[in-house]
Amino acid sequence: MIQVRELSKFYGKKAVVEKVNVNIHRGKITSFIGPNGAGKSTLLSMVSRLIDADTGEVLVDDHLVNKMKSNEFSKRVSILKQSNFMNVRLTIRELVSFGRFPYSRGKLNAEDLRIIEQAMEYMDLMDMQNDYMDELSGGQRQRAFIAMVIAQDTDYILLDEPLNNLDMKHSVQIMKILRRLVDDLGKTVIIVLHDINFASVYSDRIVALKDGQVIKDGPTNDIINSDALKEIYDMDIPIKQMNNCRICVYFNS
Amino acid sequence: MRNSTKLIILSVFAAVFCALYLFQGLNGSFDYALPRRGIKVIAMALTGVAIAYSTVIFQTITHNRILTPSIMGLDSLYLLLQTVVIFFLGSNHITIVNKHVNFILSVSTMVVFALILYRFLFKRGGQPIYFLLLVGIIVGTFFGSISTFLQVLIDPNEFMRVQDKMFASFNNVSGELVWWALGIVILTFIIGWKSFNDLDVLSLGRDTAINLGVSYDRVVKLMLVISAILISVSTALVGPITFFGLIVANLAYQFFKTYKHSILIAGASVMSIIALVGGQWVVERVFTFSTTLSVIINFVGGVYFIYLLLKESRSS
Repeated sequence: MIQVRELSKFYGKKAVVEKVNVNIHRGKITSFIGPNGAGKSTLLSMVSRLIDADTGEVLVDDHLVNKMKSNEFSKRVSILKQSNFMNVRLTIRELVSFGRFPYSRGKLNAEDLRIIEQAMEYMDLMDMQNDYMDELSGGQRQRAFIAMVIAQDTDYILLDEPLNNLDMKHSVQIMKILRRLVDDLGKTVIIVLHDINFASVYSDRIVALKDGQVIKDGPTNDIINSDALKEIYDMDIPIKQMNNCRICVYFNS
Repeated sequence: MRNSTKLIILSVFAAVFCALYLFQGLNGSFDYALPRRGIKVIAMALTGVAIAYSTVIFQTITHNRILTPSIMGLDSLYLLLQTVVIFFLGSNHITIVNKHVNFILSVSTMVVFALILYRFLFKRGGQPIYFLLLVGIIVGTFFGSISTFLQVLIDPNEFMRVQDKMFASFNNVSGELVWWALGIVILTFIIGWKSFNDLDVLSLGRDTAINLGVSYDRVVKLMLVISAILISVSTALVGPITFFGLIVANLAYQFFKTYKHSILIAGASVMSIIALVGGQWVVERVFTFSTTLSVIINFVGGVYFIYLLLKESRSS
């Protein structure tokens, strides 16, 4: 379990995240939703120690994050940000191999190679493993980065808007893979999402943020209803039941 | 061709140039010319390695392939120091005449300056690297302007001594300084060696590097200090020549096409030994000293820099 305690982040005097308390349950997909500027990405970055919190603490499996060695932490929690700038030209295989860095420090053994192959297999990248990253489409790139995170083999996988710039087909593909990671491999996935319907259809729990604070936290079905959404987004959003999915029809509200 | 094969071929070339420089036209003067040439070869190799090493690590931590560590303003500081000393104390003062004193003074001033700069910037938090570059440019220009101002006022004879310091030269490197410098460069390799793998990950960007368990701040600080030390040593040894690093680092990226810093640093180092020793050989034996190596390097480097700029702007 990841426990977030009284976590705050200030830019100047403005609190971007303010005294957030939230528990992330193991073996579930938890979505962070909320309007722009609610502090979702900042919260995720603080949990994954990409930025330092100003106050508060984060515990992963009862260990304080800032007391853990960076290398140990990277064997438990991985984070994938929305933009991944690279200074070097890498093949998919080389990128995925970097996922083993916390274990191998650059010297891959047979076990590492096996996990790398598995990760590429899982993301259906075996045919193009020697293609260069800068020659791939957005969806393929995203899959390669997720393969790297899978090779990192952490219990917790944090993703910051992984569906950005992807079309419907690739978005669905990525979400199905995340669902499989949770259902088949017992991973815990925490994901920042903008499209509320993806959150509704794929996640087990939803944490809603607004103005740097958690205003809703619960199982998906408790959050996806018109009253709660009104509170989160200040919009009247009708909800339709289709094939056991709750779909928010927000386009003309 | 495999990268290790490439590295071996380059090393053979470097060895050939060193041998050529050492033994060609020696005419049996083993006692007099050979040790003097030997010192020069070591000085050139040392400078080459220091510049290649510092430029590659600096470009990795700044995520920019057209920067050199000179942007931190260290060579401007070096020139300012020399100008100030000559201006106020005269060119016969011990700090100019005694090369040991001058070397220690220069290196320690530059390293202390860099440490203060880093300390100040990393305390601030946020994105210290970009701020560091900006401060470096401003401070460098500031030092340069003061130097120019003093050089205008200075006695013309003294100015000749300042001018000597303004261009890199391998012709009058002191033998003993070379051993000091060698020791320091070896030390930086011993300290930096373990972090070469971390540098590989750093080229994936800050966030990915942290995700993969690299202590980002620690590695960046360590590498900045190492590159400051290397630049200080090579500048104090032969003069400002950092532009050269841009050429060899980029040639190494193009030639080796790898992300592995152990190979990139070794490759860039060997390339710079070839360029410096081979270049100096051409300057001495072909142009018979009618020009200096640093002029050639600045010319070739300038052309290559424009080529890089055009290439980068086309690709983006």
